[in-house]
Amino acid sequence: MLTIESLSKRFGALTAVDDLSFEVAPGEVLGFLGPNGAGKSTTMKMITGFLTPSAGRVTVNGVDVGSDPVAAKAQIGYLPEGAPAYGDMTVRAFLRFVATVRGLDKATIDARIDEVVDVISLHSVIDQAVETLSKGYKRRVGLAQAIIHDPKILILDEPTDGLDPNQKHEVRKLIQSMAKDKIIVVSTHILEEVTAVCSRAMIIANGRVVFDGTPGELAERGDATATNRMDDAFRALTLGNDAMEAAA
Amino acid sequence: MIGTIFKRELRAYFATPLAYVFIVIFLALSGVFTFYLGNFYGRGQADLQPFFGFHPWLYLLLVPAIAMRLWAEERKSGTIELLLTLPVTMWQAVLGKFLAAWAFVGIALALTFPMWITVNYLGNPDNGVIIAGYLGSLLMAGGYLAIGACVSAATKNQVIAFIAALVICLLFTLSGFPLVLDAFSAWAPQAVVELVSSLSFLSHFQAISKGVLALSDLLYFLVMIGAWLLAGAIVIDLKKAE
Repeated sequence: MLTIESLSKRFGALTAVDDLSFEVAPGEVLGFLGPNGAGKSTTMKMITGFLTPSAGRVTVNGVDVGSDPVAAKAQIGYLPEGAPAYGDMTVRAFLRFVATVRGLDKATIDARIDEVVDVISLHSVIDQAVETLSKGYKRRVGLAQAIIHDPKILILDEPTDGLDPNQKHEVRKLIQSMAKDKIIVVSTHILEEVTAVCSRAMIIANGRVVFDGTPGELAERGDATATNRMDDAFRALTLGNDAMEAAA
Repeated sequence: MIGTIFKRELRAYFATPLAYVFIVIFLALSGVFTFYLGNFYGRGQADLQPFFGFHPWLYLLLVPAIAMRLWAEERKSGTIELLLTLPVTMWQAVLGKFLAAWAFVGIALALTFPMWITVNYLGNPDNGVIIAGYLGSLLMAGGYLAIGACVSAATKNQVIAFIAALVICLLFTLSGFPLVLDAFSAWAPQAVVELVSSLSFLSHFQAISKGVLALSDLLYFLVMIGAWLLAGAIVIDLKKAE
């Protein structure tokens, strides 16, 4: 269980995340939606222990991220925004580094890397330096390092950003295949993606939850006459009704 | 854990031309300084004083160049987020990276061994003093590196990290000189002026490199390294959100 309790983050006068509370259970794939600057990435950075919250707390399977960060981080696989990786390393060396830090058994590391490379189709670039890879491959390397230790909790910040339609399809399939016993939180700008992979959609705007339900329920919020009901619902929720009327 | 980060970092130096350029320049400059400016042959003495005497100045220029990338690059490329969300503590990350950089400078320093062979071939130097000189030089490099690492944590811009580290290192090198002391003696009580003067890298290094291994000089460098690493860890924690 991933539990977020009254989580807030302020940067000076700006409140990026404002008293956010929710829970995610194993088997759930939570689609984290919201306009740019809504606080999606900031929330993910706090869940993964990178940023310290201004208030509130995050617990992963009972472990408090604030008081026992190393034990909490060990349970989480995280793809940060932009999929950063050490450019000077080869894909294999990079995955081996992450696996070693993650405490994987020396004897099983190479077998596990082969497995992950298989699932994410990284064979052709395994001995190339990360900095020479295309955006799509870099993103996949980021995904590979996030799942290398088979974590119970996966936090993926825009996992399909920069991928072509085929690659997007692959990544969505991968997320679905892992969904059964894991807690997965995926942030995205693409609403169709929510329908495709998520069992639950959450929209945040200005650091607060404005919608929490199934993707189907989200679509129902949209105007039935709109060409894309989910887009319509998203606009209505994040812009507010005044702005909608002004636009109309 | 520190070991894994250490190995990754040390390999990273040699994955780019940086390591080789640094080592070649370090060796070339230390040779030039020793033989031309230091008048190694003309002195007629079998010791490495002219060699070690230039190390503070050599490090002043070259160590900030090594240190500038330590954290600035992690922040710029975003890998800091990756590193600090792995199950490692801040200290493991800070120490792993610092020790790798220190080991790298140590490798460059160790490659000056022909100097030691030369002086043993030409005469009968006191090798104990030479070993002390190497130890002092390595400790001093660690001090410069720790300062550079802290400054590097404060910025994404490596050029700023280089210049700021160079200036702070210069102040610590020269803190026994009138240049720095005059700025304090005008207004500060004598005790403060003496404190500032006692912080000089130069005087502590010179004491060690003359073969006098006083605990206070060794401790000075170790405390200096520890304090700057601690400051660096705090800066990383404060600035990582940006």
